[in-house]
Amino acid sequence: MTGILGLAWRSLMNRRGSALLTILAVALSVALFLGVDKARHGARAGFDNTISGTDLIVGAPTGQINLLLYSVFRLGNATAEISWDTYEAIDGRDDIAWTIPVSLGDSHRGFRVLGTNDSYFEHYKHGEGQALKLAEGRRFSDIYEAVIGAGVARELGYGLGSEIVLTHGLGAGGLTDHDEKPFVVTGILAPTGTPVDRTIHIPLEGVTAIHVGWESGTRNPMADTITDEMIRSFDLTPKTVTAVFVGLERRGTLLSTQRALNTRAGEPLLAIIPGIALGELWQVTGIVERALIAVSVFVIAVGLVSVLTSILTSLKERRREMSILRATGARPGHIFFLMVAEAGLLGFLGAVAGVILVQLGLLVAAPILSSAYGVSVGGLGISAIDGWAVLAVTGAALLIGAIPAVLATRRSLADGLTVKL
Amino acid sequence: MVQSSVIDIRDLRFAWDDGPALLDIPHFTVGPGERLFLRGPSGSGKSTLLGLIAGVLEPQAGTIDVLGHDMTALGGPKRDALRADRLGVIFQMFNLVPYLSLVQNVTLPCRFSARRRAAVSQVGGALAEAERLLARLGLTGEGLLRRPVSDLSVGQQQRVAVARALIGGPDIVIADEPTSALDADARDRFIELLNEEAGQTGAALLFVSHDASLASHFDRSVDLMTLNKAGVNA
Repeated sequence: MTGILGLAWRSLMNRRGSALLTILAVALSVALFLGVDKARHGARAGFDNTISGTDLIVGAPTGQINLLLYSVFRLGNATAEISWDTYEAIDGRDDIAWTIPVSLGDSHRGFRVLGTNDSYFEHYKHGEGQALKLAEGRRFSDIYEAVIGAGVARELGYGLGSEIVLTHGLGAGGLTDHDEKPFVVTGILAPTGTPVDRTIHIPLEGVTAIHVGWESGTRNPMADTITDEMIRSFDLTPKTVTAVFVGLERRGTLLSTQRALNTRAGEPLLAIIPGIALGELWQVTGIVERALIAVSVFVIAVGLVSVLTSILTSLKERRREMSILRATGARPGHIFFLMVAEAGLLGFLGAVAGVILVQLGLLVAAPILSSAYGVSVGGLGISAIDGWAVLAVTGAALLIGAIPAVLATRRSLADGLTVKL
Repeated sequence: MVQSSVIDIRDLRFAWDDGPALLDIPHFTVGPGERLFLRGPSGSGKSTLLGLIAGVLEPQAGTIDVLGHDMTALGGPKRDALRADRLGVIFQMFNLVPYLSLVQNVTLPCRFSARRRAAVSQVGGALAEAERLLARLGLTGEGLLRRPVSDLSVGQQQRVAVARALIGGPDIVIADEPTSALDADARDRFIELLNEEAGQTGAALLFVSHDASLASHFDRSVDLMTLNKAGVNA
């Protein structure tokens, strides 16, 4: 049968124009399917790796997905904050081992600024429980010092000692710049493949300090008259924080601590379990994912129909060829196998080309995704799904090839040795 | 045991589907190594008879004995195997598979027949044998052998078909109007070549044509019109 496979190959090469188009159609359809699948897994892996070791996230009442998105992924904004007194009450609970207060709201040239304290560097974990590491310099120790993520340093070209002027809110800068109070970079974090890479970390006191004179939300004309010494003499303990990351003494109290925080008297709170909130997020996106997968499966079906079309249209002009093959000793089975092999080859080559297309696409897209969203799409190389896709598409092409194969076999039997042309 | 005939047809009747009888042949034989000319006008059932002998068609009645095997008693795969192993076929025109090279066209039967593969491997392999046959038929030179077969002249194509029919030493070569697309000069040379090469391998040659003037090239001539008792074109 290898002799027939060789014939099938040469026959395709003889019609390489239309064969290439068919292969391209299959390749694009397979690439769409695999691309959707890889994007789905990449997004999940990227998000799942962003936070680890944090048992609860506490914020002002909002949706749990919303709290997760703005506190961890720097997506969207908090609509309300929680007071410092409440934060201290949470921190003082016996069942809680550590807390990381975070304050969001300012930015620098499109990068989010996160106010926090030393606890962040000690307890915030990503991936499989990896702690943050400083690639250069040290943590902040003064109110006007900043530790920047690897992506910020790379994209803005900042090094130790660079000065950063923060912008109130998330605008592009300008009128709302806190330009009277620049921050100095004292540390640069090692890359994490998470939104931390795209964050500028400053002390909570720094957040308070730059907002002195901004209590109304815009700059008070008198603000410029406040000197650095005066600011340092104020109590810079923040009045509010945006969210609190919580680590428990014992994981066994997870649900009871969550309930205690959610039902606490006084200021209303929302405590979420990051894994469960992520699960809810995937449920929401799952509907879209399934729709996309369904669409891409149909597109593959269209690609396979183009295989069928390409072979069926060639059948008529190949009757002569079939009778020559019959005359030189080909059995009907050979004719059948020849047609099926051609369909299978088209499907196989198309699927392999599709896999290659997706890998090339990832090669191009990976740095863009990582710099734009801090999401690493590593680990999306060739995986089992690629193999299955090639197998399934080849198998389906072989099955579809049976249609022209049966036609050609029947015709060649009826034609005998001579075709009336 | 030496067979008295390579083809022995008795009481053959054939009709297409439900149509009238096209062939009704009480008796027809071809001896071993015999060069037989079968004459008949177009539409007389010549090609159908060849299809029956080659085992791609089945008669309604009668026996077709080819090389000691009754084709009517053999199943399809066995008939196909017999044809692959021991029959060479040359058509009127368009003999070649367009996507195969000249040499690949000649070695095509070796893909389907283990017997022919074995035969050519004893004389240096399929490629060498194909090139030897082509050279004997006047087709030589790298340039020519590399050309797409569709670029060949009709005469050249027919000679390639002869080489393909003869590769691996078949016992019977059947040729269906192989010269009708050739001019008179080329036709005579082609028949001489075919006769010579068939003689070399000892194959019987069954040559079919409407052109009675070719009969002189052959050992024996039979007219299908007298052989066939069915009302022709009835």
